[in-house]
Amino acid sequence: MEQIGVVSYGAHIPRYRIKAEVIAAVWGKDGQAISRGLGIFEKSVPSVDQDTATISVEAIRAALKRCTLNPSDIGAIYVGSESHPYAVKPTGTIVGEAIGATPDLMVADYEFACKAGTAAIQTCLGFVKADMIDYGVAIGADTSQAAPGDALEYSASAGGAAFIIGKNNVIATINHTLSYTTDTPDFWRRAEMKYPSHGGRFTGEPAYFKHITNCATNLMTKAQTKPQDYTYAIFHQPNGKFPVNVAKKLGFTMDQVKQGLLVPYIGNTYSGASMIGLASVLDVAKPGDRIFMTSYGSGAGSDGFDMTVTNNITRLSREKAPSVAQLVADKEYVDYGTYAKMTNLLFWE
Amino acid sequence: MREVAVIGVGLTKFGELWDKSFRQLIAEAGSKAILDAKIEGKDINALYIGSMSSGRFVDQEHIGALVAEVSGFSQLHIPATRVEGACASGGLAVREGYLSIASGINDIVVVGGVEKMNDVGGSEATEILATASDQEWEAFFGATFPGIYAMIATRHMHEYGTTKEQLAQVAVKNHANGAFNPYAQYQSPISLESVIRATTVAYPLGLLDCSPVSDGAASLVLCAAEKAKKYTDKPIKIIGSGQASDTLALHGRRDICTLDATVYAAKMAYKQANLTPKDIDFAEVHDCFTIGEICAIEDLGFVEKGKGGKAIDNKITTLDGSLPVNTSGGLKAKGHPVGATGVAQIVELTMQLRGDAGKRQVKDGKIGLAHNVGGSGATCVIHILEAM
Amino acid sequence: MKEGVARFWREIPQRYNFMGNKCGTCERVFFPPRESCPYCRRKSIGNMKEIKLTGKGEVVTYTIIHVGPDDFEEQTPYPIAIIKLEEGPQITAQIVDCPLDEVKIGMKVESTFRKIQQDGHTGAIYYGYKFHKCYNNK
Repeated sequence: MEQIGVVSYGAHIPRYRIKAEVIAAVWGKDGQAISRGLGIFEKSVPSVDQDTATISVEAIRAALKRCTLNPSDIGAIYVGSESHPYAVKPTGTIVGEAIGATPDLMVADYEFACKAGTAAIQTCLGFVKADMIDYGVAIGADTSQAAPGDALEYSASAGGAAFIIGKNNVIATINHTLSYTTDTPDFWRRAEMKYPSHGGRFTGEPAYFKHITNCATNLMTKAQTKPQDYTYAIFHQPNGKFPVNVAKKLGFTMDQVKQGLLVPYIGNTYSGASMIGLASVLDVAKPGDRIFMTSYGSGAGSDGFDMTVTNNITRLSREKAPSVAQLVADKEYVDYGTYAKMTNLLFWE
Repeated sequence: MREVAVIGVGLTKFGELWDKSFRQLIAEAGSKAILDAKIEGKDINALYIGSMSSGRFVDQEHIGALVAEVSGFSQLHIPATRVEGACASGGLAVREGYLSIASGINDIVVVGGVEKMNDVGGSEATEILATASDQEWEAFFGATFPGIYAMIATRHMHEYGTTKEQLAQVAVKNHANGAFNPYAQYQSPISLESVIRATTVAYPLGLLDCSPVSDGAASLVLCAAEKAKKYTDKPIKIIGSGQASDTLALHGRRDICTLDATVYAAKMAYKQANLTPKDIDFAEVHDCFTIGEICAIEDLGFVEKGKGGKAIDNKITTLDGSLPVNTSGGLKAKGHPVGATGVAQIVELTMQLRGDAGKRQVKDGKIGLAHNVGGSGATCVIHILEAM
Repeated sequence: MKEGVARFWREIPQRYNFMGNKCGTCERVFFPPRESCPYCRRKSIGNMKEIKLTGKGEVVTYTIIHVGPDDFEEQTPYPIAIIKLEEGPQITAQIVDCPLDEVKIGMKVESTFRKIQQDGHTGAIYYGYKFHKCYNNK
């Protein structure tokens, strides 16, 4: 069977963090209770010179450092995000130029709330399978925005991951992928609005849980697998509670979930969330490990992936770029005033 | 080549001159110099005007002709040329005037330098000054003009053990001199502690390590030396003139702590004057930042490279030292209306050599040197003057 | 919006990818690329070869900018350094992700991709290089 899947990967997380209790103190809330409730202790904060384009470039450059691929062999770049720096002017063009993959290149930006990055993986997979390209790059990255004082302020963070998809030197074969999509308005941002709106508790059961559960179940049916067949399982992580609950409901254990669960320490990186989880798993994965991943994007849909790690992973120079654990550990805390300045809450002109 | 002498000087007060326009400033300095030289408009063969950025400070280019007009010479149709080399614009205008007389083309030339910097806001002034650095490869990346000199200071401190106190002493000395200069922007002494404690602009430079944003103008009348006695009893001869260039960006230079443009321009001027650095009695040097004066006294050969800080400690450059530097107060205390600076330096040398410098008069000063730098050292122009 | 975009667009190969050049006569490397080698001058004309630099180097000198241009005001205080690149040329750039008291002469740094400036809130965004400490100090 022809192996198609991940050839290399890289992640990027901005270095600054703010603690949930620091945000809570500003709004007169009980920070510890909020941290416990959400399962989020701190979140990453982009500095003023970082956006989805710069995070995407850092992530794909990390992936390229780990392998020997010539950037001009990349045939497509798809960048998924809900915070592209331009409303019109593709992030992918900036990324393509910054890695030297232009000009013989297919590029487009994706938006599908928090699953735009996994949608990009599916696109690249299809192109490689159809022999239209040798290698495609799928990126999920965000500098997500939350209105000051909104519940989202404790989670909306920044980060991203990039995956090179191809059929040579594949480190993790993508055995199966499928999606589950409906029109469910649980979370949205209208054009020209700075901050998103959401349906409160409606984002839970009929949205996140319904789509992930159906997608995961359909995928295991198609792959003829059971939760116990997987070494690692990654679920979209808007907070620390949802992914743990959905994993348990589906029959996965915490041992399978924890390596890919970063939200307690970096917050919800939106399009980067499940992608950074996958990068974290690949940081430690061994040949033969089986990986299950289900993303979720509001609006709503889930993309499911069934992957098997190959022997090639031992030949990938994983140490040439920082691991997710290293990115998480390398941090500097900021206070709310600095956070407000960095995330442009204080904009006036 | 003919010898050239200064026969008249004129200066406006330097400072925040809210009630004076660009046109008024240059007209005032020019008419003072012309009256001082006792010449008439019809005697003038050419005008050379130094200005760094009249276009951005007052939205006015084409200032050669404008200066001729506001000086009352529109009916004389005098050739008028603007000269630009960032902060060295004034010194370059002096050199152009000098060359035009030395070549035999002109007999009498009026040189002016002017900048009206306070007609824009503070941050815009900073931005305009940064155009003297490499816009594409320094300023674009967030390097400010004080920041570039600060990087020279950091390296100088690292290589030679120069201290923040030594930098501060430059400012203290120049303010002490400025206190005796009625034209200076700052005419009061400052303490070492106040310089060291001043708010940081670009580490290691604080606010009082930096020259101010100033308005002002300066003017000279230059004349073929053979005809100078006709106009004045005390003509001051220009016995050496040197100019050199280097990369616009500091990072492109051979050595971060050496302004090679100074080294080469000095070599040219010393050679022409047939002098060595030891022969110089006093100097006006380009202290746009305190580190600038330390590099200058090294690069001009007054002290060995790296010993500039020590020389400050040893009080060599004070008014009563063996080599007084910046008797006028320098750019630091006198003020730094960029285009005027290089011309004003020659005005100070002339006043000193005539014995007209009042309380700041140096003793037995026979030979003076003026050192004017553009940008962080991409242009340097040096003149050596001697009483006839 | 005040700037024409072409002058920034033209510099993309340098600012994104460190495209410099090398004198075919003396092998000296230049960044940004030069039309001719200032050491070999006419011998170098037509003999300058494009090369991509690694974007790694060492801090030669630095400053901490406390009073910045308008475009950088929200980042103050920030370090600016002259960096000697592995291939020889020196460049001026910002140091990021580093506590201010850790910026030192001799510090090994590598490039990172960042937003440098933007033309207000409606104009184009200009990206390019900044530097941070080398990952694993290598």
